Amino acid sequence: MELTVGPNQFFWSADRWTSFHEGLASAPVDRVVLGELVCSKRLPFYQDRIPEAIATLLEAGKQVALTSLALVTLKRERKLTSELGYMGVEVEINDLTALAYLPEGTRFSVGPLVNVYNEGTIAWLAARGATRICLPPELPLASVETLAATAANLGVILEVWGHGRLPLAISGRCYHARLHDRTKDNCQFACEDDPDGLDIRTLDDQPFLAMNGVQTLSDSYVCSAYQFEALAKAGVGALRLSPQSNGFDVVCHLYRQLLNGAKDADQVVEAIGKIDTGIRFSDGFLTGKRGADWSGLQRPDVLGP
Amino acid sequence: MVMEIVCPAGTPAALRAAVKAGAHTVYCGFADETNARNFPGLNFDRLEMREGVAFAHAHGAKVLIAINTFPRAGDEAIWHRAVSDAESCGADAVILADIGLLDYAARWHPGLRRHLSVQAAAANSDVINFYAEAFGIKRVVLPRVLSVSEIAAINAETEIETEVFVFGGLCVMAEGRCSLSSYATGLSPNMNGVCSPASRVEYHDDNGVLDARLGGYTIHRVKQNEAAPYPTLCKGCFGAGETIGHLFEDPVSLNAERLIPQLQKAGVSALKIEGRQRSRAYVAEVVRNFRAAVDALEAGKPLPQGMLTRLSEGQAMTTGAYNKKWR
Repeated sequence: MELTVGPNQFFWSADRWTSFHEGLASAPVDRVVLGELVCSKRLPFYQDRIPEAIATLLEAGKQVALTSLALVTLKRERKLTSELGYMGVEVEINDLTALAYLPEGTRFSVGPLVNVYNEGTIAWLAARGATRICLPPELPLASVETLAATAANLGVILEVWGHGRLPLAISGRCYHARLHDRTKDNCQFACEDDPDGLDIRTLDDQPFLAMNGVQTLSDSYVCSAYQFEALAKAGVGALRLSPQSNGFDVVCHLYRQLLNGAKDADQVVEAIGKIDTGIRFSDGFLTGKRGADWSGLQRPDVLGP
Repeated sequence: MVMEIVCPAGTPAALRAAVKAGAHTVYCGFADETNARNFPGLNFDRLEMREGVAFAHAHGAKVLIAINTFPRAGDEAIWHRAVSDAESCGADAVILADIGLLDYAARWHPGLRRHLSVQAAAANSDVINFYAEAFGIKRVVLPRVLSVSEIAAINAETEIETEVFVFGGLCVMAEGRCSLSSYATGLSPNMNGVCSPASRVEYHDDNGVLDARLGGYTIHRVKQNEAAPYPTLCKGCFGAGETIGHLFEDPVSLNAERLIPQLQKAGVSALKIEGRQRSRAYVAEVVRNFRAAVDALEAGKPLPQGMLTRLSEGQAMTTGAYNKKWR
């Protein structure tokens, strides 16, 4: 099984963005997806750093892909999306708009924000040139198992959300801007102070979600350690690790150790929990009753009243 | 051309009421997980659908069948059968969101007209034209993330008919791209056709303070005698930083009645009313009002004033993303 680093979902400074991607060159991962997924207004701050990051990662032997935006509405966003195919690396479509611009027959990969729920959708995407598909995180293990078999028959590598806050929703409205009584068009980059999103709590002060501009994430960090064996058995080809601002290199090493048997699931969970002692885990979309559920021992503050 | 009023029907009685009230078109679904309003006691079995379509056709109205959830892996046959049955029942079109299902319908039921569901969240003209080329869709229901001027721009760049929501429940997130409900409750719009389901709602009375919980998360709290809104996730009350409030959206519903002339100018073909879970009386009232409005517009007369005030009483209304400042 491979490890893929997904695109950073948050608004980081250009320097933090650059050093993060430089760090990935020596991380024990196979593939890196970079670029802007969430908000086109963030892109000008680091856009000119992307070619060098791609070159560095390719030189380090990584597979590299460039993500599309998750929601393409403005003319400017359409233009940006139409140019993705000219950057010399594979495009990961996270909105079907990006596929509309790729010449027929171009190989591409599919990110978790494209709705791939069944065999027919995989078959259609494979016929269009999809070589790798990261499934939407809300799919249960039973679906993953069925789709992994379909993907294998079609020569498509299947990827599953392995680690990090879950991308639960995307909107036309910017919630960070709304929180500061601003509109999206005049957001003044309210999201830049929250490198992992802003915690959203229930009225019982229970951690629940995280705000990231137009995106809403889970409060919990998915950790697939307890699901790894079942995913491997199903034939899943890669785990996706989603960037976080703190200790991500350690996260990459721990999952590599899980994959090669150097550490077991309990050890990996314990070690990830030490990076940030406030972190809460989930893996419920795969085997739980709901997405927020966790196979391990949950912290008491997550359980609620 | 007069804009088409596309009206919801959760039951055969609501369908007949909508048609009699002047709906040009009614949309409905089969009573299973193939449609995005999979609520107990709602929707049509096959015979009811056949009779409903016959009734609508006899009165000059059309019927669209929504098969707009995403087929479950291993169970695609249930959704395929729904498309076949929609054609047998005489539906004027099916409303689809899933790529695999669109491909299936285009391949095996080429004569059955296909509309792209709002659940596909096709938000620009390039992707709409792409869906048209790939799957032969004739109409797109636009996601509720676009302003009126953006809708006009889309219509200038596509031949595909556009349908927009004008009244009823309002998704704040891009439709078909939201897993909030399944994260909290295990049931999602995409997979199960439900959002923030009643089966996962609990009310808790603590000394005169009423908490509404969804999946165990307290997202509304009101004092005794205050109206307690239904705890829909994206309209819940939360805390972030120093703020406690409706961080995503207030408990409002959409009412774009005063935008009807602008929507027509923007080239919109059809106006959609949300609410397959609503009563037939409600549906008939909303339809009458919107039909009167588009007829007045067509005749060059002013729009009837203050329509729908009775239905919206006590409920805050918004024009949502149609107003650019909503973002």
